[in-house]
Amino acid sequence: MASPQDLKYTKEHEWVRMDGDVGTIGITDYAQDALGDIVLLDLPATGTNVSYMDKFGEIESVKAVSELFAPVTGEVVDINSALEDSPELVNDSPFDEGWILRVRLSDPSEVEKLLDANQYDEYLATEVE
Amino acid sequence: MVAFAGWEMPIQYAGIVEEHRTVRERSGAFDVSHMGRFEVHGPEAVAFLRYVNTWDVARLAPGEGHYSVMCREDGGILDDVYVFCLDETRYLVVVNASNAEKIGRWVRKHVDRFDAQIVDRHLSTAMIALQGPSSLDRVRALVGDAFVGSLKPRRCAETEWRGHTLFASRTGYTGEDGLELIVEGDAAPELWRALIDQGVTAIGLGARDTLRLEAALLLYGNDMDEETNPLEVGLGWVVSLDDADFIGKEALVSAERAGNSRELVCLKTEDRGIMRAGCSILHSGEQVGKVTSGGYSPTLSTSIGMGFVPPDLAAIGGELQVDVRGKQLRVRVAQRPFYKRPKKTRK
Repeated sequence: MASPQDLKYTKEHEWVRMDGDVGTIGITDYAQDALGDIVLLDLPATGTNVSYMDKFGEIESVKAVSELFAPVTGEVVDINSALEDSPELVNDSPFDEGWILRVRLSDPSEVEKLLDANQYDEYLATEVE
Repeated sequence: MVAFAGWEMPIQYAGIVEEHRTVRERSGAFDVSHMGRFEVHGPEAVAFLRYVNTWDVARLAPGEGHYSVMCREDGGILDDVYVFCLDETRYLVVVNASNAEKIGRWVRKHVDRFDAQIVDRHLSTAMIALQGPSSLDRVRALVGDAFVGSLKPRRCAETEWRGHTLFASRTGYTGEDGLELIVEGDAAPELWRALIDQGVTAIGLGARDTLRLEAALLLYGNDMDEETNPLEVGLGWVVSLDDADFIGKEALVSAERAGNSRELVCLKTEDRGIMRAGCSILHSGEQVGKVTSGGYSPTLSTSIGMGFVPPDLAAIGGELQVDVRGKQLRVRVAQRPFYKRPKKTRK
């Protein structure tokens, strides 16, 4: 599927949806499909600071565990508590109900350096098998 | 697709959890042609097979099969195998893909002393495992009620299917009822399509692993290897020490007398976190062993695994910890297997 136009993306297959200075973060449809059935997420508590491209958590599928990298810098203000009992939401609805956490960006202009939907889709088409 | 022991194997079709449930609830087909297969022919076929197996294969009547192990002289496990008696002078042995070449060399080295011949079937035939509660019903339309009805658990037989010889055994590697089928390679695509047409679902290697782990069936290379003897992994039931001689017997007699220095146990957690092969097992902060197989159980919705611990920590219910990337997961030694299929209600 084509990636939603209103989001920003990283080459680590995370997305960010901005609302004021708060960015909602998740993983892309490509990422959830590559991981397979997701069974566990290990996430930071609210109030934790995360930094651009630093590991902030782990996502575990039946197949393997993968690291999650922060697409932006700031403070975690909310985590998707529904994922604790229903991690499969990330598979079923990666861009919506399967969001992972919300971060108040130290510098909201930081998202400008991320990929837009067309750039990300092009990256998938050319860089990823 | 993924490379496995020189074969291209599908990891998943619809997704591991969905495929896992299909096998637990209905019927799934696995292309397991990568599993090594050879026949042993000749008047001394059984004497030869007895010599290279820990289990007394001479107990097999025609049409019966049994799980067994092949050991080195020192009792280390070369492979775990299934031996079928087709008739008194014709036996079929199914071995792991990863060990097929090694076992091929091993049996050829030892067969010379016997009036028996090895007939390789690995590349000339294909093997399909049909697993799940409705599997027998799915295959009736292809090979007939009488043939399916004759296949009691661990039994095997050959029949003719569309001009081809079809071997079937009531065996598997998932903890479910089902059959394993072997047919000439040329006929395999047709057989696969016929099974799919009967409502059987294709299942990949990923679900094969989660299914066998729930059933606490061992995986060679993970839960045992040449440095492991059958007694410490709970396979004493396929070691027959009180009759004929076989390779490794002396070492296993000594090992039995000495007692196990470690034992393979089942581990289950109620914590959030997933143990995987290679994780350390801890007791009171001290490392006492390693997880040999681990993962997520779709049936139990928690993490399960197997691993070696000292015998005094092997009691069911005992509490241990597993180190998962620096975090300690609380686990308990669990009854083996984790999953047992429900008994069929009589119709």
